[in-house]
Amino acid sequence: MATVTITVNGKKRSATVEDRTLLVSFLRENAGLTGTHVGCDTSQCGACVVHVDGKAVKACTMLAAQADGSEVVTIEGLAQSGELHPVQAAFHEHHGLQCGFCTPGMIMAATDMINRYGAKLDEATIRRELDGNICRCTGYHNIVKAIKAAADAMAGTAQAAE
Amino acid sequence: MGVDGIGARVKRKEDRRFITGKGKYTDDMTVPGMGYAAFVRSPHAHAKVKSIDASAALDMPGVEAVLTGDQLVGDGVGNLICGWMIHSKDGTPMKMGAWRALEPEIVRFVGQAVAVVVADTLAQARDAAEAVVVDYEELPAVVDAVAAMEPGAPQLHPEAENNLIYDWEIGDEAAVNAAFDSARHVTSMEISNNRLVPNAMEPRAALADYDEAEEHYTLWTTSQNPHVARLVLSAFYNIAPEHKLRVIAPDVGGGFGSKIYIYPEEMVCLWASKRTGRPVKWVADRTEAFLTDAHGRDHKSHAEIALDENNKITALRVKTVANLGAYMSLFSSSVPTYLYATLLSGQYDIPAIHCNVKTVYTNTTPVDAYRGAGRPEATFLVERIMETTAREIGMDPAEFRRKNFITEFPHQTPVIMCYDSGDYNASLDAAMKAADYANFGARKAEAASRGKLRGIGMSCYIEACGIAPSQAVGSLGAGVGLWESAEVRVNPVGTIEVLTGSHSHGQGHETTFAQLVADRFGVGTDTVQIVHGDTDKVQFGMGTYGSRSGAVGMSAIVKALDKVEAKAKKLAAHLMEASEGDIVVEGGEFKVAGTDKSTPFFQLALAAYTAHNMPEGMEPGLKEGAFYDPTNFTFPAGTYICEVEIDPDTGKTEVVNFVAADDFGKIINPMIVEGQVHGGLTQGIGQALLENAAYDESGQLVTASYMDYCMPRADDVPSFNLMTTETLCPGNPLGMKGCGEAGAIGSPPAVINAITDAIGNNDLEMPATPERVWRALAAARPAQAAE
Repeated sequence: MATVTITVNGKKRSATVEDRTLLVSFLRENAGLTGTHVGCDTSQCGACVVHVDGKAVKACTMLAAQADGSEVVTIEGLAQSGELHPVQAAFHEHHGLQCGFCTPGMIMAATDMINRYGAKLDEATIRRELDGNICRCTGYHNIVKAIKAAADAMAGTAQAAE
Repeated sequence: MGVDGIGARVKRKEDRRFITGKGKYTDDMTVPGMGYAAFVRSPHAHAKVKSIDASAALDMPGVEAVLTGDQLVGDGVGNLICGWMIHSKDGTPMKMGAWRALEPEIVRFVGQAVAVVVADTLAQARDAAEAVVVDYEELPAVVDAVAAMEPGAPQLHPEAENNLIYDWEIGDEAAVNAAFDSARHVTSMEISNNRLVPNAMEPRAALADYDEAEEHYTLWTTSQNPHVARLVLSAFYNIAPEHKLRVIAPDVGGGFGSKIYIYPEEMVCLWASKRTGRPVKWVADRTEAFLTDAHGRDHKSHAEIALDENNKITALRVKTVANLGAYMSLFSSSVPTYLYATLLSGQYDIPAIHCNVKTVYTNTTPVDAYRGAGRPEATFLVERIMETTAREIGMDPAEFRRKNFITEFPHQTPVIMCYDSGDYNASLDAAMKAADYANFGARKAEAASRGKLRGIGMSCYIEACGIAPSQAVGSLGAGVGLWESAEVRVNPVGTIEVLTGSHSHGQGHETTFAQLVADRFGVGTDTVQIVHGDTDKVQFGMGTYGSRSGAVGMSAIVKALDKVEAKAKKLAAHLMEASEGDIVVEGGEFKVAGTDKSTPFFQLALAAYTAHNMPEGMEPGLKEGAFYDPTNFTFPAGTYICEVEIDPDTGKTEVVNFVAADDFGKIINPMIVEGQVHGGLTQGIGQALLENAAYDESGQLVTASYMDYCMPRADDVPSFNLMTTETLCPGNPLGMKGCGEAGAIGSPPAVINAITDAIGNNDLEMPATPERVWRALAAARPAQAAE
């Protein structure tokens, strides 16, 4: 057993868990945050993507113990004071989701992608970068549009702030 | 139309909970005292279960119980059923082998459950499941349907000699044979339709809670049709009478057909909850999903088409062998028969059609409806042989199709269906224009200058949706009626709840259904709530599959709205002292035409509930229900054109352009409809290029994870070019045809026609992997070189 303390969405969460406990199980069961989903067992589908210390990580591929002391942001922590994050807003605006199951992982992966590429993100790059996220509903068409729109919107906001 | 009404691109009401992580799927539910189930599954495709030793597992920490098939049978839990009776051409009924939720005697596919462990935690349950010792005696297995019919093949069920479930036919064989005897040209070919795994992103799950004091069960589960689940669990599996069983399908993460069926695991969780006295939860891992979710397709066909001297089709003859896996899943029997062979006329005027279908047991996962269900198999066959025939007779594929199009409606095909409306030239013209079909030659030459092979292919599909008139399907063997129900509940404050028997698992019903109400009363969709997926809230419903929620589910809502409107108008007329015929509904108000008198919707609702001043004999309240039974199938149709570029060195195909021109009749929300098409196209392109459920000879599914089964990723597909042409469906009040499956139905032949056009070799099976394309290209080269 290991005692793990992780700051999740700005709030410290501690639990004593089996060594084999995955980060995703810690988030869903110990922290009660069920927005992070499990869609496969082989790190392919990306429904479980969260940010660990600012980087996109598949929460099914990391032990909770490895995240001890880390700052984790999940889909529940992305909107600030009820205001949707630009990526969340873009997924709504461009119909980038249907059943919603892959959506949290998509949005977290997209946010990380935009953080890395900024306004340089083009359609080909978005499609290549989405390699680790599977969606069965949307055919990706509107997800790609949403990410591009969010990247443009965030670049515009960043420029305006300069 | 208001801003939120019919035809508006209203953003989805349901989005907010999903994009903020607040969706509530079955695995997100917890109940105090809940235990976790883990199934013990057969590693063999065919074996006798000689003994099950659970003693070590029972000693492990946290283990509550290990339950087996003997106990299940002993407790009177019924066998799984197939709900659609098909008779062979000799009149004998289909041969249904016994399927138990936990198998005590003979397992027939890898992954079949023989026992279940219930423990305090999921990890403990899984550990203990590993410790259950099952002694198997392996039996020979067969995975290929044609091989399974051969003498000496391993036999799966004593009821089914040579593993044959039924030998069924449709059409006039003598007329077809006569047409072939006098044909000017005959094209014949072998056509396979590869086996697929549906792969909804949310794995199946169940949480069952038995209340001993009330003798009442609650089941949260991943279902497309919770009322059908309750009906089957109650009437056939003897779990509990319907009033003692509540089935809730909360947010469901995709279905594509795979969540229609009532599987062993949900039954076992219910039964185990009573047995153990605690709530029991099970969630499939992805490999369990691959092994136990009903698969799709898996047809092998021989097709022949006959032409006269004018290149008009005179007959189509088809022989199909369909692999149904180890057991007959809930609607499996209907898929290769009434959902398949009845669509073999395509968009074409074919005077005579005959189709023979043999369905076969094999030691593989059961096969049932998957997005399109029979119609993709029909479309692939028709559109591949149309393309091949055009090439053989040296005619432009578009012109050959056009020459044979049905142009007058209604049109009675020789295979049951009566097409009610359509304009096939319109969608073909729209697609050819958008694809710049005329200038393909220039693009091909340009690609060749870069060393690439460019090809173009089309598919003119038709399908049948809105399943279906209850009397018609009843006469064809369906065990249920296929109507839909709805209730419109106007609250005293004027907000509206619509209770529907349809179920949304991604289709956006909470938005489109609300648009109907907004359109009718001129109120905002924010004042409308759609209620679905709970047998305690909605009286009954047949659920969502077969692209029926629009044409059938929304028609039921329209009927209920009609009744609400009629009563409200009567009340409005009474309150405003006007004639009922002068009342109009505009902008959220009831108005007396030609006057300035009006009553806002919410005031009228309140008046209906205060009941202080009602017309003579009118009951208080404003709530109406309706059942809608369709009068015919609906017939969405369209043309898809795919353009590909192939690297001849690697055989890798890139889809460089994809145009879809669909006729879905009336469209309520174009944004949502486009989303349905995008997803369907990607599943179809996935079937054509990437996906395949592959078994080895011993019956192991070698593609049982995302490491091995190639799901379409974002960079496997292009952005799509969509358009619609509209002919209204005359059979339902809104004129809707349905849009959920078209993309998956129409796209595979367009892709394969494009690739075979590019490589100059028509002998290519799905999925057209780089290896297959490279080999086909290599096989074509010596012939090309010799020319």
